[in-house]
Amino acid sequence: MKTDFKKIAKDGLITSNPTLKLVLGTCPTLALTTMASNGIGMGLAVTFVLICSNVMISLLKRTIPKEVRIPAFVLIIATFVTIVRLVMDKFLPDLYDSLGLYLPLIVVNCIILARAESFASKNGVIASAADGLFMGLGFTVALTLMGAVREILGNGTVFGFKLWDFSIGFFAGSAGAFFTYAVFIAVFSLISYNAEKSKKLKNLPELKEAE
Amino acid sequence: MAEFLMIIVSAVFINNFVVVQFLGICPFLGVSKDFKSALGMGIAVTFVMTITCLITYPIYTYVLVPLGIDFMEIIVFIFVIASVVQMIESVLKRFSPTLYNAMGIYLPLITTNCAVLGVAELVIDPAQMASLIGIQAAQMNMGFAVLYGLFAGVGFTLAIVLMSGLREKIARATVNRHLKGFPIAMLTASFIAMAFYVFTLIV
Repeated sequence: MKTDFKKIAKDGLITSNPTLKLVLGTCPTLALTTMASNGIGMGLAVTFVLICSNVMISLLKRTIPKEVRIPAFVLIIATFVTIVRLVMDKFLPDLYDSLGLYLPLIVVNCIILARAESFASKNGVIASAADGLFMGLGFTVALTLMGAVREILGNGTVFGFKLWDFSIGFFAGSAGAFFTYAVFIAVFSLISYNAEKSKKLKNLPELKEAE
Repeated sequence: MAEFLMIIVSAVFINNFVVVQFLGICPFLGVSKDFKSALGMGIAVTFVMTITCLITYPIYTYVLVPLGIDFMEIIVFIFVIASVVQMIESVLKRFSPTLYNAMGIYLPLITTNCAVLGVAELVIDPAQMASLIGIQAAQMNMGFAVLYGLFAGVGFTLAIVLMSGLREKIARATVNRHLKGFPIAMLTASFIAMAFYVFTLIV
Protein backbone atom coordinates (compact mmCIF):
# COMPACT_ATOMS: atom_id res chain seq x y z
CA MET A 1 0.00 0.00 0.00
CA LYS A 2 1.40 3.37 -1.03
CA THR A 3 1.41 6.07 1.58
CA ASP A 4 -0.45 9.20 0.54
CA PHE A 5 1.78 11.86 2.08
CA LYS A 6 -0.14 14.70 0.48
CA LYS A 7 -3.33 13.61 2.22
CA ILE A 8 -1.56 13.16 5.55
CA ALA A 9 -0.06 16.65 5.25
CA LYS A 10 -3.39 18.22 4.32
CA ASP A 11 -5.17 16.38 7.16
CA GLY A 12 -2.70 17.51 9.79
CA LEU A 13 -2.40 21.10 8.67
CA ILE A 14 -5.94 21.87 7.49
CA THR A 15 -8.80 19.37 7.28
CA SER A 16 -8.29 17.88 10.73
CA ASN A 17 -6.07 20.47 12.32
CA PRO A 18 -5.80 19.31 15.95
CA THR A 19 -6.22 22.78 17.45
CA LEU A 20 -8.69 24.53 15.17
CA LYS A 21 -10.80 21.66 13.84
CA LEU A 22 -10.64 18.81 16.36
CA VAL A 23 -10.19 21.13 19.37
CA LEU A 24 -7.76 18.79 21.13
CA GLY A 25 -5.01 19.78 23.54
CA THR A 26 -6.87 22.87 24.64
CA CYS A 27 -5.05 23.37 27.96
CA PRO A 28 -1.61 24.31 26.56
CA THR A 29 -3.27 26.22 23.72
CA LEU A 30 -5.08 28.52 26.12
CA ALA A 31 -2.32 28.80 28.69
CA LEU A 32 0.76 29.29 26.53
CA THR A 33 -0.45 31.58 23.75
CA THR A 34 0.38 34.74 25.68
CA MET A 35 3.55 34.92 23.57
CA ALA A 36 4.26 33.71 20.04
CA SER A 37 7.63 32.24 21.05
CA ASN A 38 5.93 30.07 23.71
CA GLY A 39 3.65 28.75 20.97
CA ILE A 40 6.63 27.67 18.86
CA GLY A 41 8.42 26.11 21.84
CA MET A 42 5.39 24.14 23.00
CA GLY A 43 4.44 23.21 19.44
CA LEU A 44 7.87 21.80 18.65
CA ALA A 45 8.03 19.92 21.95
CA VAL A 46 4.66 18.32 21.19
CA THR A 47 5.71 17.60 17.58
CA PHE A 48 8.83 15.77 18.78
CA VAL A 49 6.88 13.66 21.28
CA LEU A 50 4.18 13.01 18.67
CA ILE A 51 6.65 11.75 16.03
CA CYS A 52 8.55 9.57 18.50
CA SER A 53 5.48 8.08 20.15
CA ASN A 54 3.78 7.48 16.78
CA VAL A 55 6.86 5.64 15.46
CA MET A 56 7.25 3.61 18.66
CA ILE A 57 3.57 2.65 18.85
CA SER A 58 3.48 1.80 15.17
CA LEU A 59 6.48 -0.50 15.64
CA LEU A 60 4.92 -2.17 18.69
CA LYS A 61 1.35 -2.34 17.39
CA ARG A 62 1.39 -6.13 17.07
CA THR A 63 3.22 -6.68 20.36
CA ILE A 64 0.98 -4.64 22.67
CA PRO A 65 -2.12 -6.62 23.73
CA LYS A 66 -5.38 -4.81 23.00
CA GLU A 67 -6.60 -4.81 26.63
CA VAL A 68 -3.63 -2.89 28.05
CA ARG A 69 -2.92 -0.67 25.07
CA ILE A 70 -3.93 2.62 26.72
CA PRO A 71 -1.59 2.26 29.74
CA ALA A 72 1.15 1.11 27.36
CA PHE A 73 0.66 4.16 25.12
CA VAL A 74 0.68 6.49 28.11
CA LEU A 75 3.91 4.93 29.39
CA ILE A 76 5.60 5.35 25.98
CA ILE A 77 4.44 8.98 25.77
CA ALA A 78 5.58 9.69 29.36
CA THR A 79 9.05 8.38 28.51
CA PHE A 80 9.45 10.75 25.57
CA VAL A 81 8.08 13.67 27.56
CA THR A 82 10.68 12.99 30.24
CA ILE A 83 13.38 13.04 27.53
CA VAL A 84 12.13 16.36 26.14
CA ARG A 85 11.96 17.81 29.63
CA LEU A 86 15.51 16.83 30.57
CA VAL A 87 16.94 18.04 27.24
CA MET A 88 15.06 21.35 27.44
CA ASP A 89 16.09 21.91 31.06
CA LYS A 90 19.73 21.51 30.03
CA PHE A 91 19.85 23.42 26.73
CA LEU A 92 16.89 25.85 26.75
CA PRO A 93 16.43 26.85 30.41
CA ASP A 94 14.49 30.05 29.57
CA LEU A 95 11.91 28.20 27.51
CA TYR A 96 11.78 25.47 30.18
CA ASP A 97 10.82 28.09 32.77
CA SER A 98 8.19 29.77 30.64
CA LEU A 99 6.51 26.47 29.68
CA GLY A 100 6.65 25.45 33.36
CA LEU A 101 3.88 23.13 34.46
CA TYR A 102 2.58 22.58 30.93
CA LEU A 103 5.70 20.69 29.82
CA PRO A 104 5.04 17.57 31.94
CA LEU A 105 1.37 17.92 31.02
CA ILE A 106 2.19 16.98 27.41
CA VAL A 107 1.70 13.41 28.71
CA VAL A 108 -2.03 13.94 29.06
CA ASN A 109 -2.35 16.07 25.91
CA CYS A 110 -5.24 14.49 24.06
CA ILE A 111 -3.69 15.01 20.60
CA ILE A 112 -0.91 12.51 21.25
CA LEU A 113 -3.11 9.78 22.67
CA ALA A 114 -5.72 10.40 19.97
CA ARG A 115 -3.16 9.99 17.14
CA ALA A 116 -1.70 6.90 18.84
CA GLU A 117 -5.11 5.32 19.10
CA SER A 118 -6.59 6.35 15.75
CA PHE A 119 -3.55 6.42 13.44
CA ALA A 120 -0.28 4.91 14.73
CA SER A 121 -1.86 1.70 16.02
CA LYS A 122 -3.33 1.02 12.57
CA ASN A 123 -0.70 2.30 10.10
CA GLY A 124 2.90 1.69 9.09
CA VAL A 125 5.97 3.30 10.61
CA ILE A 126 6.70 5.88 7.88
CA ALA A 127 3.07 6.96 7.56
CA SER A 128 2.85 7.29 11.34
CA ALA A 129 5.99 9.41 11.48
CA ALA A 130 4.60 11.68 8.73
CA ASP A 131 1.28 11.89 10.56
CA GLY A 132 3.06 12.87 13.77
CA LEU A 133 5.09 15.51 11.93
CA PHE A 134 2.16 17.16 10.19
CA MET A 135 -0.24 16.94 13.15
CA GLY A 136 2.49 18.50 15.28
CA LEU A 137 3.12 21.22 12.71
CA GLY A 138 -0.61 21.96 12.49
CA PHE A 139 -0.62 22.38 16.27
CA THR A 140 2.54 24.53 16.16
CA VAL A 141 1.22 26.85 13.43
CA ALA A 142 -2.11 27.35 15.20
CA LEU A 143 -0.43 28.02 18.55
CA THR A 144 2.09 30.44 17.05
CA LEU A 145 -0.59 32.40 15.19
CA MET A 146 -2.76 32.64 18.28
CA GLY A 147 0.26 33.59 20.35
CA ALA A 148 1.19 36.33 17.88
CA VAL A 149 -2.34 37.77 17.88
CA ARG A 150 -2.55 37.77 21.66
CA GLU A 151 0.95 39.16 22.05
CA ILE A 152 0.33 42.00 19.59
CA LEU A 153 -3.03 42.97 21.09
CA GLY A 154 -2.26 42.27 24.72
CA ASN A 155 1.34 43.40 24.98
CA GLY A 156 2.18 45.44 21.88
CA THR A 157 5.05 43.10 20.96
CA VAL A 158 5.56 40.16 18.62
CA PHE A 159 8.23 37.51 19.30
CA GLY A 160 9.50 39.96 21.92
CA PHE A 161 10.04 42.85 19.47
CA LYS A 162 8.25 46.03 20.42
CA LEU A 163 5.69 47.25 17.86
CA TRP A 164 3.89 50.08 19.67
CA ASP A 165 2.90 51.22 23.14
CA PHE A 166 -0.74 50.41 22.60
CA SER A 167 -2.04 47.30 24.41
CA ILE A 168 -5.32 45.82 25.62
CA GLY A 169 -4.85 43.95 28.89
CA PHE A 170 -7.89 41.78 28.20
CA PHE A 171 -6.04 39.75 25.57
CA ALA A 172 -3.13 38.95 27.87
CA GLY A 173 -5.46 37.60 30.57
CA SER A 174 -7.36 34.33 30.84
CA ALA A 175 -10.64 35.75 29.52
CA GLY A 176 -8.79 36.93 26.40
CA ALA A 177 -7.39 33.43 25.91
CA PHE A 178 -10.86 31.90 25.70
CA PHE A 179 -12.08 34.76 23.53
CA THR A 180 -9.20 34.54 21.03
CA TYR A 181 -9.52 30.76 20.76
CA ALA A 182 -13.28 31.04 20.14
CA VAL A 183 -12.71 33.63 17.39
CA PHE A 184 -9.96 31.50 15.80
CA ILE A 185 -12.18 28.40 15.63
CA ALA A 186 -15.11 30.39 14.26
CA VAL A 187 -12.99 32.11 11.57
CA PHE A 188 -11.35 28.81 10.60
CA SER A 189 -14.79 27.22 10.27
CA LEU A 190 -16.01 30.16 8.18
CA ILE A 191 -13.01 30.01 5.83
CA SER A 192 -13.20 26.27 5.30
CA TYR A 193 -16.96 26.48 4.78
CA ASN A 194 -16.58 29.17 2.11
CA ALA A 195 -13.72 27.33 0.44
CA GLU A 196 -15.85 24.19 0.21
CA LYS A 197 -18.78 26.16 -1.16
CA SER A 198 -16.76 27.86 -3.90
CA LYS A 199 -15.20 24.50 -4.80
CA LYS A 200 -18.67 23.04 -5.23
CA LEU A 201 -19.75 25.99 -7.39
CA LYS A 202 -16.66 25.61 -9.54
CA ASN A 203 -17.37 21.92 -10.10
CA LEU A 204 -20.98 22.54 -11.01
CA PRO A 205 -20.60 23.46 -14.74
CA GLU A 206 -18.26 20.51 -15.28
CA LEU A 207 -20.87 18.19 -13.86
CA LYS A 208 -23.48 19.60 -16.21
CA GLU A 209 -21.19 19.15 -19.19
CA ALA A 210 -20.53 15.56 -18.20
CA GLU A 211 -24.22 14.88 -18.16
CA MET B 1 -5.94 28.97 60.45
CA ALA B 2 -5.05 31.95 58.26
CA GLU B 3 -3.13 29.65 55.92
CA PHE B 4 -6.09 27.31 55.81
CA LEU B 5 -8.39 30.12 54.66
CA MET B 6 -5.77 31.33 52.20
CA ILE B 7 -5.58 27.88 50.59
CA ILE B 8 -9.35 27.75 50.17
CA VAL B 9 -9.62 31.23 48.66
CA SER B 10 -6.58 30.75 46.45
CA ALA B 11 -7.43 27.29 45.16
CA VAL B 12 -11.13 27.84 44.62
CA PHE B 13 -11.26 31.46 43.42
CA ILE B 14 -8.02 33.35 42.78
CA ASN B 15 -6.11 30.59 41.04
CA ASN B 16 -9.11 28.59 39.90
CA PHE B 17 -7.81 25.50 38.16
CA VAL B 18 -9.99 25.77 35.10
CA VAL B 19 -10.50 29.40 34.20
CA VAL B 20 -7.24 30.87 35.52
CA GLN B 21 -4.68 28.07 35.23
CA PHE B 22 -6.28 26.32 32.23
CA LEU B 23 -6.07 22.82 33.66
CA GLY B 24 -8.82 20.32 32.89
CA ILE B 25 -10.27 22.25 29.97
CA CYS B 26 -11.25 19.07 28.08
CA PRO B 27 -13.83 17.86 30.64
CA PHE B 28 -14.79 21.49 31.32
CA LEU B 29 -15.91 21.84 27.69
CA GLY B 30 -16.86 18.22 27.07
CA VAL B 31 -18.91 17.23 30.13
CA SER B 32 -20.65 20.53 30.88
CA LYS B 33 -23.73 20.14 28.70
CA ASP B 34 -26.07 19.44 31.62
CA PHE B 35 -25.97 20.20 35.32
CA LYS B 36 -26.18 16.62 36.60
CA SER B 37 -23.23 15.22 34.68
CA ALA B 38 -21.18 18.35 35.40
CA LEU B 39 -21.68 17.86 39.12
CA GLY B 40 -20.84 14.14 38.85
CA MET B 41 -17.65 14.90 36.96
CA GLY B 42 -16.70 17.62 39.44
CA ILE B 43 -17.13 15.36 42.47
CA ALA B 44 -15.23 12.51 40.80
CA VAL B 45 -12.31 14.82 39.91
CA THR B 46 -12.20 16.30 43.42
CA PHE B 47 -12.09 12.80 44.88
CA VAL B 48 -9.28 11.64 42.59
CA MET B 49 -7.26 14.85 43.03
CA THR B 50 -7.33 14.61 46.83
CA ILE B 51 -6.26 10.97 46.89
CA THR B 52 -3.62 11.58 44.21
CA CYS B 53 -2.01 14.34 46.29
CA LEU B 54 -2.17 12.08 49.35
CA ILE B 55 -0.13 9.44 47.50
CA THR B 56 2.14 11.34 45.10
CA TYR B 57 3.43 13.92 47.59
CA PRO B 58 4.97 11.35 49.99
CA ILE B 59 6.22 9.22 47.09
CA TYR B 60 8.04 12.21 45.61
CA THR B 61 9.37 13.62 48.89
CA TYR B 62 10.32 10.42 50.71
CA VAL B 63 11.17 8.01 47.88
CA LEU B 64 12.10 9.72 44.60
CA VAL B 65 14.12 12.64 46.00
CA PRO B 66 16.22 10.64 48.51
CA LEU B 67 17.00 8.08 45.78
CA GLY B 68 17.94 10.87 43.36
CA ILE B 69 15.50 9.73 40.68
CA ASP B 70 13.14 12.69 40.85
CA PHE B 71 13.31 13.04 37.05
CA MET B 72 11.11 9.92 36.90
CA GLU B 73 8.22 11.85 38.45
CA ILE B 74 6.05 12.07 35.31
CA ILE B 75 6.10 8.32 34.72
CA VAL B 76 5.54 7.51 38.40
CA PHE B 77 2.72 10.05 38.77
CA ILE B 78 0.80 8.94 35.71
CA PHE B 79 1.03 5.36 36.97
CA VAL B 80 -0.18 6.36 40.42
CA ILE B 81 -3.11 8.29 38.93
CA ALA B 82 -4.11 5.42 36.65
CA SER B 83 -4.03 2.95 39.56
CA VAL B 84 -5.86 5.33 41.93
CA VAL B 85 -8.64 5.73 39.37
CA GLN B 86 -8.81 1.98 38.84
CA MET B 87 -8.83 1.35 42.59
CA ILE B 88 -11.55 3.92 43.30
CA GLU B 89 -13.64 2.37 40.57
CA SER B 90 -13.39 -1.14 42.06
CA VAL B 91 -13.92 0.03 45.65
CA LEU B 92 -16.97 2.08 44.72
CA LYS B 93 -18.44 -0.76 42.69
CA ARG B 94 -18.09 -3.09 45.68
CA PHE B 95 -19.14 -0.84 48.57
CA SER B 96 -21.28 1.98 47.24
CA PRO B 97 -23.22 1.16 44.09
CA THR B 98 -25.18 4.44 44.35
CA LEU B 99 -22.03 6.53 44.28
CA TYR B 100 -20.62 4.30 41.55
CA ASN B 101 -23.69 4.91 39.40
CA ALA B 102 -23.37 8.63 39.97
CA MET B 103 -19.72 9.03 38.99
CA GLY B 104 -18.66 5.67 37.57
CA ILE B 105 -18.75 6.65 33.93
CA TYR B 106 -16.53 9.70 34.51
CA LEU B 107 -13.78 7.83 36.31
CA PRO B 108 -12.01 6.30 33.27
CA LEU B 109 -11.88 9.78 31.67
CA ILE B 110 -10.04 11.19 34.65
CA THR B 111 -6.76 9.37 34.01
CA THR B 112 -6.03 11.67 31.09
CA ASN B 113 -7.39 14.78 32.79
CA CYS B 114 -4.59 17.31 33.03
CA ALA B 115 -6.04 18.81 36.22
CA VAL B 116 -5.08 15.66 38.14
CA LEU B 117 -1.51 15.37 36.84
CA GLY B 118 -1.29 19.16 37.11
CA VAL B 119 -2.09 19.22 40.81
CA ALA B 120 0.37 16.38 41.47
CA GLU B 121 3.12 18.34 39.68
CA LEU B 122 2.15 21.61 41.35
CA VAL B 123 2.22 20.50 44.99
CA ILE B 124 5.75 19.09 44.74
CA ASP B 125 7.12 22.46 43.66
CA PRO B 126 7.54 24.42 46.94
CA ALA B 127 8.45 27.73 45.25
CA GLN B 128 5.33 27.68 43.09
CA MET B 129 3.11 26.63 46.00
CA ALA B 130 4.57 29.40 48.15
CA SER B 131 3.54 32.02 45.62
CA LEU B 132 0.10 30.44 45.15
CA ILE B 133 -1.00 30.08 48.76
CA GLY B 134 1.19 32.68 50.46
CA ILE B 135 3.35 30.50 52.75
CA GLN B 136 7.12 30.12 53.07
CA ALA B 137 8.59 27.51 50.72
CA ALA B 138 10.11 25.65 53.68
CA GLN B 139 6.70 25.45 55.39
CA MET B 140 5.28 23.26 52.64
CA ASN B 141 4.13 19.92 53.97
CA MET B 142 1.82 17.08 53.23
CA GLY B 143 -1.20 18.66 54.94
CA PHE B 144 -1.03 21.70 52.67
CA ALA B 145 -0.56 19.48 49.63
CA VAL B 146 -3.66 17.39 50.34
CA LEU B 147 -5.76 20.43 51.25
CA TYR B 148 -4.70 22.16 48.06
CA GLY B 149 -5.65 19.06 46.06
CA LEU B 150 -9.08 18.98 47.72
CA PHE B 151 -9.86 22.66 47.19
CA ALA B 152 -8.46 22.79 43.68
CA GLY B 153 -11.00 20.05 42.97
CA VAL B 154 -13.73 22.15 44.58
CA GLY B 155 -12.69 25.03 42.31
CA PHE B 156 -12.93 22.74 39.30
CA THR B 157 -16.42 21.63 40.39
CA LEU B 158 -17.53 25.23 40.85
CA ALA B 159 -16.34 26.24 37.39
CA ILE B 160 -17.84 23.23 35.58
CA VAL B 161 -21.18 23.59 37.40
CA LEU B 162 -21.37 27.32 36.55
CA MET B 163 -20.56 26.48 32.95
CA SER B 164 -23.25 23.77 32.75
CA GLY B 165 -25.89 26.22 33.97
CA LEU B 166 -24.99 28.73 31.29
CA ARG B 167 -24.79 26.09 28.57
CA GLU B 168 -28.24 24.76 29.39
CA LYS B 169 -29.54 28.24 28.57
CA ILE B 170 -27.44 28.61 25.43
CA ALA B 171 -28.68 25.26 24.12
CA ARG B 172 -32.08 26.90 23.59
CA ALA B 173 -30.71 29.97 21.81
CA THR B 174 -30.14 30.34 18.08
CA VAL B 175 -26.42 30.41 17.43
CA ASN B 176 -24.58 31.19 14.20
CA ARG B 177 -23.47 28.02 12.42
CA HIS B 178 -19.76 28.82 12.82
CA LEU B 179 -20.07 29.66 16.51
CA LYS B 180 -22.03 26.50 17.38
CA GLY B 181 -20.38 24.02 19.73
CA PHE B 182 -16.89 24.83 20.95
CA PRO B 183 -16.61 28.54 20.02
CA ILE B 184 -19.78 29.58 21.86
CA ALA B 185 -18.74 27.44 24.85
CA MET B 186 -15.39 29.22 24.90
CA LEU B 187 -17.02 32.63 24.69
CA THR B 188 -19.10 31.61 27.71
CA ALA B 189 -15.93 30.50 29.48
CA SER B 190 -14.43 33.87 28.63
CA PHE B 191 -17.18 35.59 30.59
CA ILE B 192 -16.71 33.21 33.53
CA ALA B 193 -12.99 34.02 33.43
CA MET B 194 -13.75 37.74 33.54
CA ALA B 195 -15.90 37.16 36.61
CA PHE B 196 -13.09 35.20 38.27
CA TYR B 197 -10.58 37.93 37.39
CA VAL B 198 -12.24 40.09 40.05
CA PHE B 199 -11.05 37.64 42.74
CA THR B 200 -7.40 38.39 41.92
CA LEU B 201 -8.00 41.94 43.10
CA ILE B 202 -8.97 40.95 46.65
CA VAL B 203 -5.48 39.90 47.74
